[in-house]
Amino acid sequence: MSSNAPSHEDVHDAHHAHSHGHEASHGSLKSYVIGFVLSVILTAIPFWLVMGEVIESKAALVAAIMILGAIQIVVHMVYFLHMNTKSEGGWTMMALIFTIVIVAIALAGSLWVMYHLNTNMMPQMSPEMMRNLP
Amino acid sequence: MSEINTQTSEKVEFYLKDDHHPENSTNLGFWLYLMSDCLIFAVLFATYAVVGRNYAAGPSPADLFDLKLVAINTAMLLFSSITYGFAMLQMERGAKAETLFWLGITGLFGLAFLGLELYEFYHLIHEGATPQRSAFLSAFFTLVGTHGLHVTFGIIWLITLMVQVSKRGLIPENRRRLMCLSMFWHFLDVVWIGVFSVVYLMGVVG
Repeated sequence: MSSNAPSHEDVHDAHHAHSHGHEASHGSLKSYVIGFVLSVILTAIPFWLVMGEVIESKAALVAAIMILGAIQIVVHMVYFLHMNTKSEGGWTMMALIFTIVIVAIALAGSLWVMYHLNTNMMPQMSPEMMRNLP
Repeated sequence: MSEINTQTSEKVEFYLKDDHHPENSTNLGFWLYLMSDCLIFAVLFATYAVVGRNYAAGPSPADLFDLKLVAINTAMLLFSSITYGFAMLQMERGAKAETLFWLGITGLFGLAFLGLELYEFYHLIHEGATPQRSAFLSAFFTLVGTHGLHVTFGIIWLITLMVQVSKRGLIPENRRRLMCLSMFWHFLDVVWIGVFSVVYLMGVVG
């Protein structure tokens, strides 16, 4: 090995320094405080909406709760869990996207199927009739 | 992806200047565990969403839930998240005593959360709203109870790490463990967002 090529130790050290610097960049006081303030606001609004009975429409209220909850989950992911597209070579993001897809299928599928089962049940059916079903 | 240095001397060697794979895969592995945990909670949320309105002529969420208590509970968990963040910042600085201090504060907030939740459960069961009462209450106790169980184990883990750090200091192994618990703790806070939105707030709205 000639002298101008980096030795294994050098490469290793550079590698270490790099990964250490990366970990250190995992959040600062500022990012934690920003995340915390955003979370407090995003928590306070839905509680205020429900407890103060601000909105009349039920559907609008439910939509507001869902949207604010979803935004707060993203805030937590970014500011507390330090999610980004680069950590671990992008694999954490891949795992997260995969999980979101599975969760969406499981949730939407369950609700859809069970809703149809409920509405397609004969309404006049009593427990006694169900026992006498063929 | 990476620059390759080659040499034309007798011995040819190749170097990858950047890592071609993550050196430390613990974070990724723990993240995968959290994602599998996320699936457990997704299934419990789906169950709650399906049977959450089957009251069996029993009490409904609007009769049972005290939103003030839930708001305080949520605040406890949120405070514990930021204090854990402070502990991680002190860990980065290598300040052992301050790390332990903030971990202790985090643990106290965690215990406060758990205490309020147990008080709520005790109150519900005292009123006859037991898990056996209706499908809604079965799903409620399973979902919220599973979250509470996670917090319980998180607190046990936290105490274990506090003992480890106080005995051995902020060695690389303990830093790695604190990093994992940090992800676990913040993840539980994320799940709680789903719980208070879907179970408590939407339950009271009806």
